[in-house]
Parts: sequence; C-alpha cells; structure tokens
Amino acid sequence: MADEPLIYARGLVKRFSRKGAEPFTAVDGIDLDVAAGEAFGFLGPNGAGKSSTMRMIGCVSRPTEGELRILGMDPIRDGARIRSRLGVCPQLDNLDPDLTVRENLTTYARYFGLSREVGRRRAAELLEFVQLADRAEGKVDPLSGGMKRRLTIARALVNEPDLVLLDEPTTGLDPQARHLVWERLYQLKQRGATLVLTTHYMDEAEQLCDRLVVMDGGRIVAEGSPRSLIGQYATAEVVELRFADEVDYSAKLEGIGRLDPLPDRLLLYADDGDGAVSEVHRRGLSPSSVLVRRSTLEDVFLHLTGRTLVD
Amino acid sequence: MAYPMAAAVLERELVLYRRLWQASLLGSFVMPVLFLLSIGVGVGAYVGTVEGVSYLAWIVPGVLASTAFQIGVGESTYPVLGDFKWVRAYHAMRATQVMPSDMVLGRQAYLVFRALIAVTVFLVVAALFGGVQSWWAPAALPVAALLTVAVAAPVTAFAASIENDSYFALLFRFFMIPATLFSGVFFPLQQLPEVLRWLGYASPLWHAVELCRAATLGLPTEWPIAVHVAYLLLCAGVGLALAVWRFWVRLGD
Repeated sequence: MADEPLIYARGLVKRFSRKGAEPFTAVDGIDLDVAAGEAFGFLGPNGAGKSSTMRMIGCVSRPTEGELRILGMDPIRDGARIRSRLGVCPQLDNLDPDLTVRENLTTYARYFGLSREVGRRRAAELLEFVQLADRAEGKVDPLSGGMKRRLTIARALVNEPDLVLLDEPTTGLDPQARHLVWERLYQLKQRGATLVLTTHYMDEAEQLCDRLVVMDGGRIVAEGSPRSLIGQYATAEVVELRFADEVDYSAKLEGIGRLDPLPDRLLLYADDGDGAVSEVHRRGLSPSSVLVRRSTLEDVFLHLTGRTLVD
Repeated sequence: MAYPMAAAVLERELVLYRRLWQASLLGSFVMPVLFLLSIGVGVGAYVGTVEGVSYLAWIVPGVLASTAFQIGVGESTYPVLGDFKWVRAYHAMRATQVMPSDMVLGRQAYLVFRALIAVTVFLVVAALFGGVQSWWAPAALPVAALLTVAVAAPVTAFAASIENDSYFALLFRFFMIPATLFSGVFFPLQQLPEVLRWLGYASPLWHAVELCRAATLGLPTEWPIAVHVAYLLLCAGVGLALAVWRFWVRLGD
C-alpha cells in the first residue's frame, strides 16, 4: 500500500460523444504514475487534454477506457471516498460571491463532513497561510484575481487533502499575483504535499514541478523533470535572432546549430550561445537584435510539436 | 452518509439567507397579506359569501397555498441556474463528498423552510382577520411544505437542464400563471367549464388549495384527501428523481 502511487493510469481515454458529429477524443490513451510527495505537472496548450485528465483524476468525469486508480481506489465505485481526500482548485473560480471570505472556507469544510469547530480552526489557519486574514470578514467580490485564486487554493486545503489538484492555477493573473501564488504552492510542496497541476506556462512548470508530462492532442509526447526534458529535447542555450529585412537566412546559418524559424524571429539552439553569436557575426550577418538565453520548456514544446504553447 | 451532506448544503443556503431575509420576507409574506386585504376585503364586499363562508376566509387557504407555490417555483429558477452557470456552486460541491442527491435535497429542505416561515406568518395574520375557522388550520402547514417540493423539484430539474434563462419566461407564462389562475385560489373550480377544470386537476396547486381549504375552514375536499395527497407526493417524487438525474448529467462530463 505504501508504495502504491497516488495516481495510477494505464491506457486512459476520454471520448465525448457529440450530437451529429464524430465523437471527440480529448484524452487518447495515457499512462501515469504519481507518487506521494511529488509535484507533478501536465504541460500543454489549450485543448491538449489536460483538464479532461484532471476531471477524471478528480472523480467527476468517467474514463471512457483504460484503467485508473486514485489513492489506490476505483474512482467510479469509491468516488466520494476519494474526493474526501482530494483538494481541487478548478480553472474557473467557483467561490460563493455572497459569502464572506471566511464563510467560503467554513461552508466548504462542512461539505467534507467536518465539524463547525474544525472548520473554523482550519479557516483561520488557512487564511493566514494565503495571506488573506485581514480580509476574512469581507466579501469575495472586491478581491483581486490573485486573492480569489489564493482563497480557492485555501479552500482546496480545508480537508487536509492527500492530493491537491490545481487546474491552471495562475492563468489570467498578473505577474506579481502569479508569484504570490507560486510562493504559496512552493511552500505547500516543501511541507510534503502532493501537487498535480496543469499549466500552459513553461515558467510555472519549471518553478513548481519535480516531474511533468508534455501533452499534445490528448497524448503524452514527453515525460521527465524540467531539466532532463530540456537536456533531452533542447540545448543548454538558445539564441534568438531578428533581422530587419525579410530575407530567409536559414541557409547562411546552416551548421551552427538546430534552427527553428518563427514568423518574427529565428531560434538557434546551441550549448554555447555566445560562441554561436560570434559564428553568426563571423559569417558577415548582422541581425537587428540578438538575445542569448537559457533554454526553457517552451523550446522543448516547440521542438516536440512544432508549435508554440500560447498562441 | 447522505443525510449530513444534504445538511451541509442546507447550511450554505441558511448562511446566504441570513444576508437577505429582510428582502425575502417582504416578498414572501407582506405581499400575500396585501393580496388578502385588497381582494379579500375589496372584492369580498361584492361577492359576499362562497360555500357558506366570507370571501376573505374562503381565499385565505388559496393565497396561503399559492404563497408556497410561488416560493417553490420562483426560488427554483434563477437561483438554481445561477448556481450552475454563474456562481458554479454546484461544481464546487461536486469536488467534495456532496453528491447530486444531497444538492437537490439540501435545496428542497431550504425551500420548505422558506415556505413554512412565509405561510406560518401569513396564517397568523389571516387568523387575526377572522380568516381561519377550524382547529385543523395548522394542517395547512405540512400541505404547504409538500406543495413546495411538488413544484420546486420539477422546476429544479428544468432549471438544471437549460443553458439560457429565457426559458424561464415560458415557464412563467405557460405554467405558473395558468396554474395560479385555474387552481381554485380565487373562485371554485366548479365555476369553470369542464375542459378548463382539467387545468386545475393537473396543477399541484389546486390539490394543495383543496387540502388547505379543508384545513382552515373545515370544508369537504373535492376529491378524497388521500387522492390529493397522493398527487402531490407523485409530483414531488417524480420531480426529485428528475432533478437528481439532471444534476448528475450536468455535473458529469
């Protein structure tokens, strides 16, 4: 039991039947193992099947095919028992706008059958944790997007879950608010919580995930730690070149490193970025701008799918 | 297990109700009293007596039942659709131990609570005006509770099935208004030609009005009491089953 993964999936499929159209396959046969204490991520663009997978893990949506076990249990037979040990932070906020910040937590605690006493105590602790204690008696509506998201995260923790599911935890937040959310999630991870999150932000996946899968078109196209994925599918550094004219420079850049021409710039993959730049200049080319940066998961995704993550 | 979770749903409704009880009290109790005074006293002056009692006393059970009816229908339209579409409260509950059946039952319990407050206050006021003439009058309260569920549950199922609130206009126009007009609230159903009487027979409101009238005035019911009760139970039972099913479907994929 101790070694059993919290999430175990083999050949997991989710297909939606649609009126008057071919059924749509959102998740197309994926395998997963998530162990206790891990921070695991699903990375991919919109429509990759991340949220459908999360809803199956959350025991809300039934798998069409394949095997799925959550916390060692069957999500169809033991759905309620599993959900009692999950914390879910959904993509769309569903806080109660007419309740106060504190009541949002205490009311939710009752949905897990917790006593009022326990609900009140946890609400107080969690409001401290997400830095909303001073807003406890206020309404939810005037809170900023970042505060609402932190409150939703606090709410997901009210039952002290074994597994926390976060569907795009920072989508739609401004950079400062995102960092505050990351900080809280990072602290949660330090305390040993098991986190499963979906994101289409590379930096988020790199910051928070020990291990991740890259999803595209309902399938897993790569798996590993952020570093190992970069090592495997990209080079240490990337040079971004822009040229003032619209001439195709691909041929002249041949042989320096792998090239990815994008509409507005050229990506040149090299382990030694500065060396590559010198080579570009040595060949007599004078790009209008040059940027050497560390490789990111964005480059991994681009390499694996030929597309960028956020259109 | 089902009971405490439905109670948690009821508790949320009560916490919300604490915020808006003043406003809702006005609608659910002051309005029927105004109705009673204007129609009961005003129209009553022309009508005199119906079935041997004053017109005011005669319409008390009708207005009482239609108060519960309006709470049952009205509170199961926008609030239910809103908790799916805008607040997404049911989606939040779905991620916990709360099951769709708990959501439906918790909500029905809240509506019964709301209806009972309104009709109890109304009944006391009506008694002060001499509108209650039988010691059986308190029996109107469980009837009002049953009527609330008999209409709220099917309307909840309807609200859980639609995407667009414009369907509610149809519900009000083709269900709520005819049901109020042809349910023996303001005049005996026997005044109508046979064909129109069937509108009343089909309406849960008419059955509840008959039972309430028996309670507050001691008048005999049109059909046997057991038949009226059975019809209301049938509406409630079918409505609850439909509502739970629609909640499952909507919160599934």
